Amino acid sequence: MTTKTLKASAAGTSVLPALFAVVLGFGIITLTGHVQASALHDAAHDVRHATGFPCH
Amino acid sequence: MMCATQLASPATKAMFSRILTSGLFAGAAAGLITALLQLYFVQPVLLHAELYEGGELVHFGADPVTAHPELPGMFAEPVRDGLSIIFTMLTYTGYALVMAALMSVAERQGHEINARTGILWGLAGFITFHFAPGLTLAPEVPGVAAADVGARQIWWGATVAAAGVAMWLIAYGGSLAGYAVAALLLLAPHVIGAPEPESFTGPVPTEIGALFAARAFGVGMAAWVLLGSFAGYFWQTEGKRAEAAA
Repeated sequence: MTTKTLKASAAGTSVLPALFAVVLGFGIITLTGHVQASALHDAAHDVRHATGFPCH
Repeated sequence: MMCATQLASPATKAMFSRILTSGLFAGAAAGLITALLQLYFVQPVLLHAELYEGGELVHFGADPVTAHPELPGMFAEPVRDGLSIIFTMLTYTGYALVMAALMSVAERQGHEINARTGILWGLAGFITFHFAPGLTLAPEVPGVAAADVGARQIWWGATVAAAGVAMWLIAYGGSLAGYAVAALLLLAPHVIGAPEPESFTGPVPTEIGALFAARAFGVGMAAWVLLGSFAGYFWQTEGKRAEAAA
């Protein structure tokens, strides 16, 4: 029983942190690059153009 | 206690902190360098275009227009340029977190991750996030005509997703079928086509638009190579540090 539990948590090791980081990373990219709220758009305007995001 | 152990085993915590640490370090460092490169090489072209966007300069008017108007220098607008630096660092940190997460998966499959192999990761990232969508939706200078932004964002997202899967298949697929699928994924968005404007209304001279796209791609490639190499470096050193601490 104990062995099973350990195996299960070891298998979860690689996936969960990676998954969380991917979600967090895309969340940041969405905020800085894509959300059209005007305050965000204005602050990130030059970066969006220079980074090749669709801006206006 | 048992439940807590299952939710976050020491190995999971260590992996989580390794991904976050390498992602934050690599993203912030590459982002800062990229921001300075963009401010020096891309921003003047953008400011030049804005003179046409705002109507201060008019292309094909009665008189020839100078190609060298006076433009504000770097940090002439500190708030604007400061925000650009912060947002570039944030954007590249987002990229780096995704990259570090994928590096953890690749390493688990037995692939070596370090500053040298990170250069290839960076090039793959550049193709995925910048070059693939930019091949049809070229980096836009302010003032160009373009289709609805929502439609372009959907096409951009789908193209990035397809190119990302294609890059992984090319790097780690290792089968002929994988290469074929990758080629299809890379070609399909451009064969289907991106949302295009109904008509051309951009007042900006083509010389400025072309230079802007070239500079955006060039700085983008440099940025991504740095990001990949930094991420590989921090991934390796963070791993060694965790091993030494364990």
